[in-house]
Amino acid sequence: MSPLVKRKKERYSLPTKYILLILTLICVILMILSFTTNILSAPLNFIGGYSIVPFQKGLTSASSYFVNRTANLKKMEELTEENEKLRAQVDELLSDNTNLQQDKYELAQLRELFDLNSEYEEYDKVGAHIIASDPGNWYSSFVIDKGAKDGIQVDCNVIAGSGLVGRVTSVGPNYSKVISIISDNVNTSAMMLASEDNLIVTGNLETMKNGVIEYSQLADSDEKVGVGDKVVTSNISDKYLPGILIGYIDTINTDSNNLTKSGTLIPVVDFKHLEEVLVIKQVKLSPYSE
Amino acid sequence: MRIIASGVFCIVSFILQSTLFSQFNIGGIVPNLLLIVTATIGFIIGRKYGMVTGFVAGLLTDIFFGSVIGFYALMYMYIGYLNGTFKKILYPGDFKLPLLLIVGSDVIYSHAVYFFMFFIQGQFHYAFYLKKVILPEVVYTTVIACILYPIMKFFFNKIDKWEQKVTGESV
Repeated sequence: MSPLVKRKKERYSLPTKYILLILTLICVILMILSFTTNILSAPLNFIGGYSIVPFQKGLTSASSYFVNRTANLKKMEELTEENEKLRAQVDELLSDNTNLQQDKYELAQLRELFDLNSEYEEYDKVGAHIIASDPGNWYSSFVIDKGAKDGIQVDCNVIAGSGLVGRVTSVGPNYSKVISIISDNVNTSAMMLASEDNLIVTGNLETMKNGVIEYSQLADSDEKVGVGDKVVTSNISDKYLPGILIGYIDTINTDSNNLTKSGTLIPVVDFKHLEEVLVIKQVKLSPYSE
Repeated sequence: MRIIASGVFCIVSFILQSTLFSQFNIGGIVPNLLLIVTATIGFIIGRKYGMVTGFVAGLLTDIFFGSVIGFYALMYMYIGYLNGTFKKILYPGDFKLPLLLIVGSDVIYSHAVYFFMFFIQGQFHYAFYLKKVILPEVVYTTVIACILYPIMKFFFNKIDKWEQKVTGESV
């Protein structure tokens, strides 16, 4: 029972307080590093991409299967009822359809006049599934299952259906992070499609509960902008490609300076039910981007 | 053994939180599983484990969803550490204090996130965030904690017994 033997048995361990201090320091250093440089994101994204993402992919597809299943069972009864109602509606709609057919031709002609020429189709896009969303309740960012391997870069624009969803903020080998335009404090440079007046669209968690987001600094001296007008991404934005539809004007208020206007707009994308998105591979080049 | 169990709890809860619970959310609110795991490991095993678990949990959140790497790691770490200091007061079989600790942790955590991420950036609608984000999250987290805490306690008790048996036999 010599003290030497005893010492060997006892494992030496740092007091907890020191470990806390060291880890705190590490956190602070990490924060400073990630604020100022971009060194950290590549290795960390690599680790995350191969350890966590495969699980997220599997679980999301499995759970969405169950969500769909339970919804299906519930709807079975409702559907038979609905079916009868719908049959009656079909007759009504058939007559409406002929009218709409006529409107369609008119629309095609008007589109040519406006020279809208649906610009997005020219961009090279890649489809992606959303496999995870922010675990907190504060932001609306999410993770998609395509990454650097599929040609996605940071600042790639993300669209769904016909409207803007957001942009890629960081890329791993097989996944990427997307921040949406409705997130708090995310500003998007936009313009009115008709009058080409510039405005700033600001994401807001508070107003998004009512399905709208805010815009401000709209210089509309000629009083041309009205409710329901289209808002698209601006050609002076340094992150977004020009001409992607964001939403429609909902309310207009004149600011107290009497020069600019602000209000709310309704995004075209249904952010609550996003499952698949399209990522435009082309990135807007600007003097500000590295 | 405890290290492996803590790591597994941490990673599984992160994956569940970002996938399954995000899909089955109630009114857009997701329970904070990582916080439950961090706090529970803190007051069941001790300060050191709670601290390291919190660090790992926070780092995972940072890598995938944070704008600044290290922020969530720091917060979860301190939650784990502070909960660990209650280990001495806690006696086995008590259910109220652990639950109270988890609720308290979530309230503090939510307010810290609000303060550092929103208040500083000029979002002063405290009442709105309290009503729509903080309170629902706390309630939902408490409900999940009632289920998750006994499960975790059961596992760690099993591990304790198993380890006692192993060390007892070897000595």
